[in-house]
Amino acid sequence: MATIADWLGAACLIAGALLGLAAGVGVLRFPDALSRMHAATKPQVLGVLLLLLGIALRLRSPADLGMILLVAVFQLATAPVAAQMIGRAAYRSGRLDRGLLDADELAERGPGGGSAGPA
Amino acid sequence: MNTFLAVVLTVLLSVTALLALARLYRGPSLVDRVIAADMLLATMIGAVGAEAAVNRHATTLPVLVVLSLLGFVGSVSLVRFAVREQQ
Repeated sequence: MATIADWLGAACLIAGALLGLAAGVGVLRFPDALSRMHAATKPQVLGVLLLLLGIALRLRSPADLGMILLVAVFQLATAPVAAQMIGRAAYRSGRLDRGLLDADELAERGPGGGSAGPA
Repeated sequence: MNTFLAVVLTVLLSVTALLALARLYRGPSLVDRVIAADMLLATMIGAVGAEAAVNRHATTLPVLVVLSLLGFVGSVSLVRFAVREQQ
């Protein structure tokens, strides 16, 4: 028997997979590393969270919910850190298209955005 | 409903993984490959989780935790050390 929670879970799963697909198209089509990083992280995190919500809506047992919550917290905590480090490395190694930048606030600190702090 | 859901999710996630693989292959720099590998791993999280959701079992949920941490450690260590070595 399919209940409302099952249908909601299915909708969340498909929406999450669609967001992942959007991230995939962005990663393949965007011109430089910075915009690829943007495309990979933002729809990706929301997509994984939606998929986890779909799993939670279909499993519905407390122990499973705890583990799903753990994965969601890991994703939310680690994705911004990884994206920040990837963006920093991309800027430093010059993998960006300066014509696409609206503002370059690190330019006045010299090439590579200054060397204060690690990576 | 389950068969339909399984087919749709398989198609979407497979296409996403193929797009990430194409970027992983084309590069051009190590940073792009790190981004693509990170995305491939997140797609794997989605695929393992979707399988658990469609078949309603929770045996593979610990794998999700491991994959989630592995993606973070992998991409951060690559960006922190390998990119600098490459320059």
